[in-house]
Amino acid sequence: MEAAHAPTDGHGHDDHAHKPYGMMRWIGSTNHKDIGTMYLWFSFTMFLVGGIMALIIRAELFQPGLQIVKPEFFNSMTTYHGLIMVFGAIMPAFVGFANWLIPMQIGAPDMAFPRMNNLSFWLLPPAASLLIAAQFVPGGGAGVGWTLYAPLSTQAGPAMDLTIFAIHILGMSSIMGSINIITTILNMRAPGMGLMKMPLFCWTWLITAYLLVAVMPVLAGAVTMTLTDRHFGTHFFNAAGGGDPVLYQHIFWFFGHPEVYIIAIPAFGVVSQVIPAFSRKPLFGYASMVYATASIAILSFMVWAHHMYTAGMPVEAQLYFMYATVLIAVPTGVKVFNWVATMWKGSLTFETPMLFAMGFLFLFTLGGFTGLVLAIVPVDIQLHDTYYVVAHFHYVMVAGALFSAFAGIYFWLPKWTGRMYNETLGQWHFWLSLIFFNVTFFVQHFLGLAGMPRRVPDYALQFAEFNAISSIGAFGFGLSQLLFLYIVIKTITSGEKAADRQWEGANSLEWTHLPSPAPYHSFVTPPVVK
Amino acid sequence: MGNKGLKKWAAAGLLWFWTMAAWAEYKLNLQTPQTQLGEEIYDLHTIITVICFVIFIGVFGFMFYAVFKHRKSVGHKASQFHENMAVEVAWTLIPAVILIAMAVPATSTLLTMHDTSEPDITIKATGYQWKWGYDYLKGEGEGISFYSALSTPQAQIDGRDKAGRANNPHYLLEVDNHMVVPAGKKVRILTTAADVIHSWWVPALAVKQDAVPGFIRDTWFKTDKPGIYRGQCAELCGKDHGFMPIVVEVMEPAQYATWVAAQQKKIVAAKVDPNKVWTLADLKAQGEKIYAQNCVACHQATGMGVPGAFPALSGSKVVNGPKADQIKLVLKGKQGTAMASFQRLSDVDLAAVITYTRNNWNNKTDDAIAPTEVKALR
Repeated sequence: MEAAHAPTDGHGHDDHAHKPYGMMRWIGSTNHKDIGTMYLWFSFTMFLVGGIMALIIRAELFQPGLQIVKPEFFNSMTTYHGLIMVFGAIMPAFVGFANWLIPMQIGAPDMAFPRMNNLSFWLLPPAASLLIAAQFVPGGGAGVGWTLYAPLSTQAGPAMDLTIFAIHILGMSSIMGSINIITTILNMRAPGMGLMKMPLFCWTWLITAYLLVAVMPVLAGAVTMTLTDRHFGTHFFNAAGGGDPVLYQHIFWFFGHPEVYIIAIPAFGVVSQVIPAFSRKPLFGYASMVYATASIAILSFMVWAHHMYTAGMPVEAQLYFMYATVLIAVPTGVKVFNWVATMWKGSLTFETPMLFAMGFLFLFTLGGFTGLVLAIVPVDIQLHDTYYVVAHFHYVMVAGALFSAFAGIYFWLPKWTGRMYNETLGQWHFWLSLIFFNVTFFVQHFLGLAGMPRRVPDYALQFAEFNAISSIGAFGFGLSQLLFLYIVIKTITSGEKAADRQWEGANSLEWTHLPSPAPYHSFVTPPVVK
Repeated sequence: MGNKGLKKWAAAGLLWFWTMAAWAEYKLNLQTPQTQLGEEIYDLHTIITVICFVIFIGVFGFMFYAVFKHRKSVGHKASQFHENMAVEVAWTLIPAVILIAMAVPATSTLLTMHDTSEPDITIKATGYQWKWGYDYLKGEGEGISFYSALSTPQAQIDGRDKAGRANNPHYLLEVDNHMVVPAGKKVRILTTAADVIHSWWVPALAVKQDAVPGFIRDTWFKTDKPGIYRGQCAELCGKDHGFMPIVVEVMEPAQYATWVAAQQKKIVAAKVDPNKVWTLADLKAQGEKIYAQNCVACHQATGMGVPGAFPALSGSKVVNGPKADQIKLVLKGKQGTAMASFQRLSDVDLAAVITYTRNNWNNKTDDAIAPTEVKALR
């Protein structure tokens, strides 16, 4: 994050003599490291915005009754918390990792399309502004849930139009980012860097990028149909005009299920770098990891309707989606087994990145198991749209993707900044996050089982204790993330100098071939990979 | 922290755990099922959860063994193995078999769930923003039709009556009119909706079915246990999604017959003489009731609506404009907004509620709308 102040290697003409300073360095940047940094800071900012929304939700749910907000505002908070965390926080975080790491890990000087890279980033702030501005238009934010189900979304106020437009922009950004990543990986690998020699992180992003290119247009289509239903007299989702509200759900989840893996797969990639490094042992089953990831990606297109078992479907369709969904657990299981086998008979140490990676492994698997429970149609009929589902996907998204992102930040921060974070504080951050995460979300399984629906601003009295516990946990979790911000800033400003190969078990190119911090322009001449 | 401090913490921890266990009503599992299908689902959930738990313990048993025995600090040297075809094949195939085996028992349950044939009673449940309507379509009680809305007082919800809330065992789970069914009969529920998607859910009866506007879905239940079973709308449906519960009262068949007779008497009593001449005062009085049942959630008791979301009626151009325009709007609804069509209300009720809005708050049109005027515009 301080890369600009680091000495650059060589004086080739690629190394701008008029190296940009000040604002223009960031606005006009075509440097993958700068753009990666911007993605990560943007993502963290959105994480705080979405986090504040989560805390408003949890504050209202601390006690039964309506204390703090009105139901329509509450609905708006659940909607934008979801949208901002998914599209504003988690996805950009992993694109940030991709920008920083892919060129360095494959021995390329930069991304394939640096200007498009700049554009994909700079589309994000306007999209985020639209999502935030939606709170302030007449009628307030659209309280329709992040899934934007029609016809509720047809009814919503002008905030819905801003939201639709924001999604269009986010989609364009994601597609451009993906094209860039695919092109970079397929065309710019250093001599000798065969596809099956790439670090697994690059593989996971290659697969994710294909998923993004395939499904973002589907989402754009769904929200565009909503837009024309709202303003231009079409009836795609209106039964009175011959449409079907459930059609929206099919289209949305055809995007939505792969989206789950768009978030999870890069997280798998990060963990697959971190666990071998701290086990001092090569990743177990590299090839099977690649195949498992690809299988997950392909299967993710075939299970979408398990999100809509209660919407009404023929029994044959429910059976198909149930069996397809339990099968997607097979490649996911293979990955978990491979990670555990990587640790087996290693020489383990437990620095912060490893702790977060193990936290990921443990809790993501738990979330995977509740996913299996939900895959079974008759059981899902009871649990659909309850807090059980809320608990399930937060185990996968927060303890899964977010913990993996933390693991990645602590792992590569020394490479990015040339400085070491404070290990004690890092471990504090891990344990606080781990404990408060579970306090927040574990009890939500019980709430869902006992029958508390999701997206309600108030609840019956028998749910009071668990909701109070969950709210306390949420505030603890939120505050713990300020510690993370402090640790990162402290590292950048005054961390101890990091070694070029800070982690003895790390052996991808950025650790073995580049100094810490990585120079502004790296691999201007490609390394030779044996 | 010294040894003493540690003990203190342990004691506090134990105390906490003990109080946890003391919360007897603390629900950690699905509600007690009241139907046979519900019991099957309950058992399915238990089996799957136990299988998952065992696998979880197994996998992470390995991980934690490695964490304790294969750590650098105890001097463990890393092996460099990184491939084993046999192991990979085994842990692909074995889980696949276990997973399929888990889904098999669910298959027969699922087939039973879909078997809505030969019901004794068929009831249509219609979701409205934000209440339920029930129409008894077939079987004993045919012709009964009523709405069912939250009956928890607003003062308990917004905190003006905290004591009332604390002492209300059915806070947010109570309605004015229960959906009543007889015990021991197969009840088929048809779900649909008037505006947006809702979902009809009663956990103890193990039914949840989305109510999709313009479409009919069905589900069924049959229970031998009389009692009152409470559920909620499960699909986000706008502002008052959290405030449209479902209450099903299961009665002994004899008691049910009495209930049906009473309901049918009410229907006869409520029949309005079509030749009755309605005065402005009559219409306003009737209109106030209809307004409270159908309009108040959005347009508010003050007639001021919610700025930006729901327009005010007080001082509104439509309400103070030509009668026909307002009648048409209420009959047809307004596409692309939350204003639904109210065709389902009777001519009298529509005439009354429109009259009420035209002569209340700041609106003083002095118009009395005749039911025939509504009929003419249908």
